[in-house]
Formats: sequence, structure tokens, C-alpha cells
Amino acid sequence: MKQSFLFINCDEAKHICDKAQYGEASSWERVKLTIRLAYCRVTQSYSSKNSKLTESIEKAEVKCLKAEERKKIENQFKAELTKQQQNN
Amino acid sequence: MPNHQIDPNNWVKSYSDYLFNYTITRVNDRDIAQDLISETFLAGLKSMANFKGEASERTWLISILKRKIIDHYRKINSNKGKAEVRMGYLNNEEAEGDWLEERVADPFDKTAEDTLENSELGDAIHDCIDKLPEKQADVFKMKTILGYDTETICNELEITASNLWVIIHRARTSLADCMEENWF
Repeated sequence: MKQSFLFINCDEAKHICDKAQYGEASSWERVKLTIRLAYCRVTQSYSSKNSKLTESIEKAEVKCLKAEERKKIENQFKAELTKQQQNN
Repeated sequence: MPNHQIDPNNWVKSYSDYLFNYTITRVNDRDIAQDLISETFLAGLKSMANFKGEASERTWLISILKRKIIDHYRKINSNKGKAEVRMGYLNNEEAEGDWLEERVADPFDKTAEDTLENSELGDAIHDCIDKLPEKQADVFKMKTILGYDTETICNELEITASNLWVIIHRARTSLADCMEENWF
């Protein structure tokens, strides 16, 4: 089916919704998402869950290691683990 | 009856982020948090014989980490504590009375309950991230938690931007379902 420039399908709406969580959706994309949200329950449900997830992550201030930080811990630990395995 | 197994080969991969999140909220310094996690893994390795299998590996490692955090504060507490006492309001007679106003609780300040709830929420999010396939978890963490831009992630993981968004979509869908089941 030919896609309208204003009306988007559910998959595209979900994609824009994902991008919007990271502030990467353009104004035009947000307009299209808003229109879709006005009548599509699937998009409404996805958008609501998605926003809830973003809010939770922000609220919990979740942190994690950067790849290089994890690698450093891993190398240090592996050296010790190998030493212990050789002694046993 | 003990039923949990111990396998140090997977510790860093499986628990380092969880332990890091636990530590950083308590020490507020990335370098110190990393040192404490390293010390925890090494201490765990040395005392593996004491693991009875009654708790999960993660719970056992957290109990070691808690002691490491307490030791860390014991070490720094003496100097920091003295400094804070010297700066106390009661030692400054000219400013007598000012402390009453300044010590009124800030309504926007975080309460202990908020902190605890946020910490539990953080644990729940990490539990759900741990259930994701490795690649999804890595991309999600880089994009959402570490805040890397799309281009950096694509270059580092050698994926296209559209691949990234597909992975992010799958990760977010799984996480939202997991959080719906376990938290909301």
C-alpha cells in the first residue's frame, strides 16, 4: 500500500516513538506520531509503556560500566583466576 | 538444601554492571566503585570455599561488596568526619540561630524512602536488562544508560543506524514487558 506523507503505519510510529525517547525524532516525525496516537490503540499502548520505561530509568538513575572499564576489571580478575587455577 | 552453583568465569560478565550500579549509588565515584568491585571479585575468589549455595552467587557477591563499602567508609571516615565537626554550626557563636532556618527540611530533598525505592527500581531494571540477549543489552546500555550517540555505537559495534534502532526497539519492548511483570 502506498504510504501517505501524513499517515504512518504502526511500525513507523513505534520507530518514531523509540527515537523520541532519546530526543532524536524530528518535529515532522513527532507531528506524524501525534496524529497516529490520536486513533491507534496499539501505538497508544506502546507509547505509554515506552514513556514509562524511560521515566523509570531516569528516576532510578541507573548506571553501568563503560566497555573499557569492564575490560579493565575483567583483565585484572582473569589474571587472578588463572593464577588460582594453576595453583590448584 | 543448597542448590546454587558458583562459577567465577562468568562473574564479570554477569554481575559487574549490577554491582557497579549498587556501588555507585553508595560511593558516588566511578573509580572508587570500580576498585571496590575488583576487590569484591578477588575476595570472592579467595573465599569460594565458603560459598554454601544457599543464596545466589549475586547475593553472595553483594554481601562481600557491602563489607567492602563499609570498609571504604571506615577508612575515609576519620578525616572527613573530623572536618565536618570543625565546620559545625555550634562552634560559631556569631552565627547562632542561623542554623534553625538553614536546617529546615527541604521539601524537594530526597527522603530515605525515595532513595530506597529508586535503588530497588534500579535493581529491577538491571534484572530485566540481564534477561536480554547480550547484543541487545550492550546496545541498550550504551544508548540509554551511558548516553552514547548513535554514530559512536554504530562505529564501535560495526552496525548500521537502522540495525541499531531495530535492536533498541526489541530491547525496549522486552524491558517494558519485564518491568510490567515485575515492577509496575
